[in-house]
Amino acid sequence: MMERLAPAARSDRYGSRINRDQSPWRALSVPYLTIMLASLLPFVLLADVMPIAPPLGFLMFIGWRIMRPGLLPLWAGVPLGVFDDLFSGQPFGSAILLWSITMIIIELIESRFPWRGFWPDWFTAGLGTTLYILAAMLVSGTEPTAAMGLAALPQIALAILLYPFLAQLIAGLDRFRLSRSRRIG
Amino acid sequence: MAPSASRLSGFSKKAQYSVFTGYLLATLGALIGLGLLALSLWQPSTFAPLRGAAQDAVSPAGEATAAVRSGSGGVVDTIAAYWRAGSQNAALREEVEIARIRLAEAEAVAAENARLKALLALAQGEIEPVATTRLIGSSSTSSRRFAYVGVGRTDGIEPGMPVRSARGVVGRILEVARNSSRVLLLTDSESVLPVRRASDDTVAFAEGRGDGLLRIRLINLGLNPLAEGDIFVTSGAGGYYRPGVAVAVLTNLASDGGIARLIADPSATDFVSVEPVFDEAAVSTASTASEVRIDDDTAVSPGTQAIE
Repeated sequence: MMERLAPAARSDRYGSRINRDQSPWRALSVPYLTIMLASLLPFVLLADVMPIAPPLGFLMFIGWRIMRPGLLPLWAGVPLGVFDDLFSGQPFGSAILLWSITMIIIELIESRFPWRGFWPDWFTAGLGTTLYILAAMLVSGTEPTAAMGLAALPQIALAILLYPFLAQLIAGLDRFRLSRSRRIG
Repeated sequence: MAPSASRLSGFSKKAQYSVFTGYLLATLGALIGLGLLALSLWQPSTFAPLRGAAQDAVSPAGEATAAVRSGSGGVVDTIAAYWRAGSQNAALREEVEIARIRLAEAEAVAAENARLKALLALAQGEIEPVATTRLIGSSSTSSRRFAYVGVGRTDGIEPGMPVRSARGVVGRILEVARNSSRVLLLTDSESVLPVRRASDDTVAFAEGRGDGLLRIRLINLGLNPLAEGDIFVTSGAGGYYRPGVAVAVLTNLASDGGIARLIADPSATDFVSVEPVFDEAAVSTASTASEVRIDDDTAVSPGTQAIE
């Protein structure tokens, strides 16, 4: 009877609210797993002569941080940075350092000047990723040259252009993360 | 668990920004087009890995890529043509474009001829490789250039072993794990390789620049005897690489040498072979220049210091 009157009354966008609840495992693990997967993905790309793949792990990381503030703790850059360092080809510790600094800076700025909306997010992620790529070049263990800086430009452009797609992906992942999959009782 | 409503990003504001978006996207697209075009005109080889990666993505098995890789046409030309076609004086630019493409093709054919001739002359006295494998990955986001091969200590791989493809030198084993190894590619900016010109005995160092090109530095300074299109092969100095393996083709002249393009583009490489270190004695005594400085802490040999 109720169903016929208001079929959507008992569900929200995460599914039925009756007899269902969100899975805490899923809700907590999805950001970390997707960031780690994104760190792993550029490894299988074969870029021999110059860095072409955007730092997907960092993009996913900063995307989750910007789109869901407070979900990742402030120290999340450390474990995730360790994982990224294992595959990025950078000297070990560079991602740990840079990801942690990123978390701190974003938190500091956001607590004073809270922003929301897609364009500020994109701007923040783009600027952050650009600075990250340049900083990663500085700490890559070799003397940065103008040639290397120039070679990083397509990578930076790709990274910035990728953020809208990643934001969509993260939004979808967030719906999956919070979907009511657990049956109660 | 759900984020509070105040922290949700406002996708609904999209409509308000639609006019602004149009301007922004157009400007952004123009700027990026300009950047890509400038880059593609300035260094046509820059996007070679992009091509390689795209080809790898569409051909899962990888056996079909061998035929594709030898083709000379590329994504860059297509992009350049696309951006140009949109511009107002398309007709004039199209002519220039076609002329440039023809010129590039002629150059490519000339380079290819020279390269094949050099390879034919050089492919003698094969050394039994330690292992033959695929490049399974690379540091595609880092400004350092490393690749990974699917063989390791259990296959007898040791650090310092040269890695080469059928076309020429790819790099050198840097780190060995149990079942995989890290390869320092020639294009890494820390890689230094002693080479000589294939046609005579002009010796030089080939240093990676980090952007896909090699810098050729002559050891004997003076009049620069090089010319564009010169082939460089390993000289055998240092003991890691056996002499006579193709390395690079000179594309630009400089006062102390020039800029050279790799012959063995690793992203266009199906299989690589890991060869034993050519001359252990030469490596251990380190009486000649060392090919590769792994990092600043590593002791460098006199030959390497001399060029710094």
